[in-house]
Amino acid sequence: MTRLGRFAPLIGLGIFLIAVIWRLATPMDTNVSSKLRNQPVPAFVLPPMVAGKPALASVDLATGQPHLVNVFASWCVPCITEVGVLGQLKTRGVAIDGIAVRDLPEDVADFLRQNGDPYERIGSDQRSQVQIALGSSGVPESFVVDSEGVIRYQHIGAIKTSDVGLILQKLEQAK
Amino acid sequence: MSQPPSFPRNREPGKAKFWVAAFAGMTIMMLAPPVYADSNLPPAYWSDRALPDARQEAQAQELMNELRCLVCQGQSIADSDAELAGDMRDLVRRRIAAGEKPVAIRGWLVQRYGSWISYRPTAEPAAWPLWLAPLALLLIGAWMIRRRIRLKAKT
Repeated sequence: MTRLGRFAPLIGLGIFLIAVIWRLATPMDTNVSSKLRNQPVPAFVLPPMVAGKPALASVDLATGQPHLVNVFASWCVPCITEVGVLGQLKTRGVAIDGIAVRDLPEDVADFLRQNGDPYERIGSDQRSQVQIALGSSGVPESFVVDSEGVIRYQHIGAIKTSDVGLILQKLEQAK
Repeated sequence: MSQPPSFPRNREPGKAKFWVAAFAGMTIMMLAPPVYADSNLPPAYWSDRALPDARQEAQAQELMNELRCLVCQGQSIADSDAELAGDMRDLVRRRIAAGEKPVAIRGWLVQRYGSWISYRPTAEPAAWPLWLAPLALLLIGAWMIRRRIRLKAKT
């Protein structure tokens, strides 16, 4: 047996250990990102969610100005803190539209009354069909849609105060 | 007639009581529903209802078994209790009932979530090692056997 051949099992073990340590050190990212980035928002029409608030359809998103589309729910705990940050974005002039997933009108009305209402429009997505059409895999998630209705950025998870700068930058790029 | 075998009697009734209580406790814990951040809406109509057409339902089942759940990653949407999986089953059944081909529905989802969403291995370059590995292993095996035979022949 050659000298290298004798060490082959040891080298194999070394490679295996390095692979294991590398995978443990950088845990797998379980977020599933939408493949629709840089694609137009799929056509959809949603019914209104709460009384006195216009509904949302895909044509409302290609209006010549960028939009932030927030996929949320009244039963989603992180959405409670996120909606406050969305309020901050609204005061900075951001147009925010909501897609309420699997929700009831009275629950959403309560949610907005208690936590603030930054939304211009809210569509009711009772069977998560628009959420799936957008390639979103949970709540909360947000999409930056540019002035022509093309998805430019997807934010998975709640928008935190520390993300405000990033969102504003993505919206600026989407003009 | 021989005597029936006598079993040792439990001389510690307290111990038996303990085990009965422990078993009852564990059973109750298993019955308690786990807490999910779930909505207050009932499951979508077609999420847990078979299509009236048996052939269409079979098509839907086959596809649902090969689509990955976005919430309980590692389960198929047919196996998952997540609400989003239920809504995806509803979507699959509605589209199949409307006459859409399973391959088109799978393609529509892959467009959104990537090939990750489908359990069926694809022929894209990233999957080539998967298809070539058995062939490579067979070749390595054949080479090793050939070497063995040659070494034997020499001695």
